[in-house]
Amino acid sequence: MPYHEIQVRPMREELTRLGVKELRTVADVDAVFANPSGTQLVFVNSVCGCAAGGARPALAMALAASRARPDEMYSVFAGQDLDATARARSYFADYEPSSPSIAFLKDGEVQHFIHRYMIEGRHPQQLAADIVAAFESLNGEPEAANR
Amino acid sequence: MHPGHHELHGITVVVETVGPVTYVARFDTADDRGVHLLNVATHERGAPGPTLDEFLARTRKFGVKAAQKYLLLPQEQVRSIRRLSEISQPS
Repeated sequence: MPYHEIQVRPMREELTRLGVKELRTVADVDAVFANPSGTQLVFVNSVCGCAAGGARPALAMALAASRARPDEMYSVFAGQDLDATARARSYFADYEPSSPSIAFLKDGEVQHFIHRYMIEGRHPQQLAADIVAAFESLNGEPEAANR
Repeated sequence: MHPGHHELHGITVVVETVGPVTYVARFDTADDRGVHLLNVATHERGAPGPTLDEFLARTRKFGVKAAQKYLLLPQEQVRSIRRLSEISQPS
């Protein structure tokens, strides 16, 4: 059952003000991923207070700390924009759904995936370091993300 | 992280039982009835398919393939509970 939009709007805006574009419909998702090129981040947003409440600030910290970043950043909102989220997940279907989670893609292929279990109970600064490593890995820099 | 909840509430855990079954699931709570787990994936030692190490390695890489929404596991069945994030990645 989706939450009322007023409740989730701040969670959406916490990402969009970082330059993350929200994909709210199947058409939005397909327009981005049907013919992918370059590097992309897909943040599967969530209401979950403990995990998503740390993941969103972690992305902000990572973007502030790193010169490396994906060409494009997108989000879908699990539990809210159900069809768009399911469609986005179909583009990285080898990975089981969890939210929050973050996929890092290059030319449509998943290069790195941060599952919810990697987020739970961790400080945003710790997670930010993982995101920076994933950015660097996407850009072919020596610090490998898949450790 | 969730005041008033069990310290593992919301955490993805590996629950080894005294029998052949190991669960990976999101820990909800524990009470006198047992451990309450959500979105539960199951591995049974000796059954056809991957070994436990292979199952855990796949779960770490691709996520929890949940087959059950909820499981109440009696406390006497529990041998150990560890966070999935603390399970070593195979080299």
